[in-house]
Amino acid sequence: MLTNFKNSRPQQFSFLFIVFLLLYFLVPENENSLLWRLPPLLKDIPLLINTLLDNLMFKWLTVPVYDPDWQMYEDKPIFRIITRSIADFLLFLIIFIREIFLGGLQTIGSITGGTFKEFKWLYLPAVPWTAVVIGLFILGYRLQGLGLAFIASIGFFYVSIFGQWEPTMETLSLVLVTAPICFVLGLSFGILGYLSKKVEKTLQPILNIAQTMPHFSYLVPILVLFGIGDHAGAVATIIFATPPMIRLTILGLKKISPEVVESGLMSGCNRFQLLFRVLIPTARRDILIGVNQVIMQCLAMTTIAAFIGAKGLGFNLKVALNGLKIGKAAEIGICVVIIAVVLDKLSLAWANKQKDYFANLNFYKKNLATIYFILLTAILGVIAYFSAFYFEEGFNYLYLIPFGEGLTIAPILDAGVDWIWETFFYYLNIFNKFLITNVLFVMRDAYLGMPVVSTFVLVMGAGYIIGGIRSCIIVGALILFIALSEYWNRALITAYMATFAVGVSAILGIVTGSLCARNEISAKFILGVCDFFQTFPSFIYLIPVILLFGITDTSVMIAAIAYASVPATRYTVEGLRSVPSSLHDAASMSGVSNFQRWKSIELPLAFPHIMLGINQTLIFALMMIVLGALIGTEDLGQIIMGCLSRPNGAGIGLTLGIFVSFICLAADNLIRTWADERKKLLGIE
Amino acid sequence: MSQSSDNSSNTPVIKCESVYKIFGNNALKLLENSNGQVDAKTFQEAGCIVGVNNASFGVQKGEMMVVMGLSGSGKSTLLRCISRLTDATAGKIFIDGEDLLSMNSKQLIELRRNKMGMVFQSFALLPHKTVIENIAFPLQVKGTNTRESMAKALEMVELVGLKGRENYFPRELSGGQQQRVGIARSLAVEPDIWFLDEPFSALDPLIRKEMQDEFLRLQAVLNKTIMFVTHDFDEALRLADRIAIMKDGIIEQLDTPDNIVLNPATEYVKKFTEDVPREKVLKIESIMDAYDSNNSSSTKVSKDAIIETLAESILNSKEILTVVDNNNEIVGSLNPTKVIKVIFGK
Repeated sequence: MLTNFKNSRPQQFSFLFIVFLLLYFLVPENENSLLWRLPPLLKDIPLLINTLLDNLMFKWLTVPVYDPDWQMYEDKPIFRIITRSIADFLLFLIIFIREIFLGGLQTIGSITGGTFKEFKWLYLPAVPWTAVVIGLFILGYRLQGLGLAFIASIGFFYVSIFGQWEPTMETLSLVLVTAPICFVLGLSFGILGYLSKKVEKTLQPILNIAQTMPHFSYLVPILVLFGIGDHAGAVATIIFATPPMIRLTILGLKKISPEVVESGLMSGCNRFQLLFRVLIPTARRDILIGVNQVIMQCLAMTTIAAFIGAKGLGFNLKVALNGLKIGKAAEIGICVVIIAVVLDKLSLAWANKQKDYFANLNFYKKNLATIYFILLTAILGVIAYFSAFYFEEGFNYLYLIPFGEGLTIAPILDAGVDWIWETFFYYLNIFNKFLITNVLFVMRDAYLGMPVVSTFVLVMGAGYIIGGIRSCIIVGALILFIALSEYWNRALITAYMATFAVGVSAILGIVTGSLCARNEISAKFILGVCDFFQTFPSFIYLIPVILLFGITDTSVMIAAIAYASVPATRYTVEGLRSVPSSLHDAASMSGVSNFQRWKSIELPLAFPHIMLGINQTLIFALMMIVLGALIGTEDLGQIIMGCLSRPNGAGIGLTLGIFVSFICLAADNLIRTWADERKKLLGIE
Repeated sequence: MSQSSDNSSNTPVIKCESVYKIFGNNALKLLENSNGQVDAKTFQEAGCIVGVNNASFGVQKGEMMVVMGLSGSGKSTLLRCISRLTDATAGKIFIDGEDLLSMNSKQLIELRRNKMGMVFQSFALLPHKTVIENIAFPLQVKGTNTRESMAKALEMVELVGLKGRENYFPRELSGGQQQRVGIARSLAVEPDIWFLDEPFSALDPLIRKEMQDEFLRLQAVLNKTIMFVTHDFDEALRLADRIAIMKDGIIEQLDTPDNIVLNPATEYVKKFTEDVPREKVLKIESIMDAYDSNNSSSTKVSKDAIIETLAESILNSKEILTVVDNNNEIVGSLNPTKVIKVIFGK
């Protein structure tokens, strides 16, 4: 009996759940009882962070700096000087790129001394938008072919004629500055991590936290350190987009066959030659996939960075959403999606492009594309110059279509939204009310009524059953950190929303995935759909749900479910499709039915992979729930959002971000340990 | 023994003295405690894996030594110790009389740039370089200018029979062609010592045979000092001057192919030799008798000829033949019944 219990997971889990329920109902609600809630012993952490930042920025390590305005020396902390010069440098680059696309020459002028504003008179016209579109056509053609050429150029053509050129170029300039910086940083740290086990071990937890922390939480500290504006947005973007590059670099370098490394060594390479002539070129594709990730993350973050003053599409989107101008927001959203798709396709094409042999071509043939581009830009520039006389009255449409002066479908969209509201309001409202009162609120109250001791028993018990004492302690410590803060109740609300969203997403994803994995065509199709939905920034998901459900918890939930179903579906399809064909043949010869095949062959084999998908689903859901604070929820996210406008928000924002990250890491630990164990049992990998 | 690099024919090009390679955290300590008596099982219990166990041998200039063993026998590890891709745990290795293990990384790079070449099982070509760029790579790493290295690489392309494909990328070549590139690359710096780590194992049987022929042709021209690792006993017999058979890190027997087939030293070696068709391995020399001038006919056969190649004519002649060496001097006589015994007897 006892040995049976030792080996049976279901029995262990049922026992754990019974203990949990007993505690849940036996422990009375009492604010002074340690079993009910732990005291907020760690409530000073945000304060400590604030004091630290304050000291760094205003007190510690001061050096005298000459101030030309006051003509005297002033004591300034080194740290502040460093952050401010980083900010100035980034701002210079951003404005410089912006001037190429939108016109101006202030940055170059300011090199001679003085601020940008003093050089307003210095002006160089921008590259006309027509030339950018043609340039994208040529680039797309060179990287892949006519298909990509048309996607890229038509995408940007659309953006231009709909009057979104200016904000798009502002966003793009942020991406063009941050992506290369992320690339260099990510590659360098990735190489260091590859070369030294110690560095890798130090990097690993930092990367884990960075990738699970909600975007909002480090916006506030950055605000404190770097001030408000495009440069702050750039810093946030760099912090957000570098970790995947580090990961993929390490992964790519590790994947290189040891014999290739040895062949480099036996060819007599020194360390430097080995790195730059053997390792990095061999890992080229993985590194470029990292670049693709970097670009996508940069785009996602630059839209969110609107909250700390970054200009561009994100800023306009924020304004439109705040004013509940759904049509306008949707129009901007479409532009963001278009840019995301174009950037994604271009960078993927670059990664997948194999090097060709060029040595036998002459200079003209080698640089044909560049020559064409320069020629066409010159011609289009001239056309733009002369068209200025034609469009004498208003704007020079062949040079730059100003913001809001292009075509617009916003009125049509608004009318559509109105029509949907008028026609379906009644039904939507019933559904909305039902969901909120009968499901969400019930669940929320259940979570809030949970004594802290039962939560710990459940979480640590699950840890013990799945991963032994090690997992039990790790998970317990992560949760304890949150329980000892002032924000336990808020965390419970976040947890309930996450549970709900993950549950629904998982069911949706596994069902859709299983159905689509039945044959190759539908599997390819659904993976393509997943790719498409993963390209655009999480921000965008909020637009259609607000359109349908207004500003309620339901909207956030549905956005989270839509966003988080993507990885669940993708991993299910991938897992099911990876079952070896010999096994399928063996199953067919045993005479299984379709359902039996799914239940007793595909699902068990795909289980570890699906679990990893659920892990991703949780991270995605939490990100969206925190983001949902934008439209009003009352979980951790709301306070994080609130910190943006609070003078001492940095500490709280950062601490709460870490809490969300810890929830992710605790779940991650359990799921990964479980999946790894299953993998080992099945002999996969 | 003198460690200075004198080039007398007696100094082996490669010399190993009690080389050990043991993987694991406290390998060195365990080894010191064991007084050189390493037992794989006790080490495994202590968390260490024995790769190479007390290997001592020398390889002479121009000699082809084949290291044969099944997977996990330590043959590749031994090769990597001698090329110092991995550091031996204990023992001494001399390359041309110089102590390999005491070299610093600069000396090691110099050694590899000038004296060593290596061919890998999975070809290990650089995917971003063309055939000719791959072959020129060791030269460019060394600092040779582009024109010179390309000229040399082109020479190598011709040597391995890939002319016309020098601007292909590895992905556009078949396995056999890729390994020709690997061979050409390893020869580009004109090394004295040539390491080959299962170079033909990843190839189809027919291509493998073709590549072995090609390899023998090259070696006849180049006359390098070779260490060749394989798990294929037939391949070893076909190519080797001497074969080292390894098991669990220990060299079970190190001898010429003839002697290994005729006198296997251990039960393990015997298992390999049992099914070997002797007439394909043994030379006339190994079955000849002392010269008997009365009975021998005037028909002459070379002592170095493989029995199989002459078996038909020997049996047809039905008389006792005269065996001669390379200088056409008589060294023995051969009774055809011996040939019958080799082919059909046990």
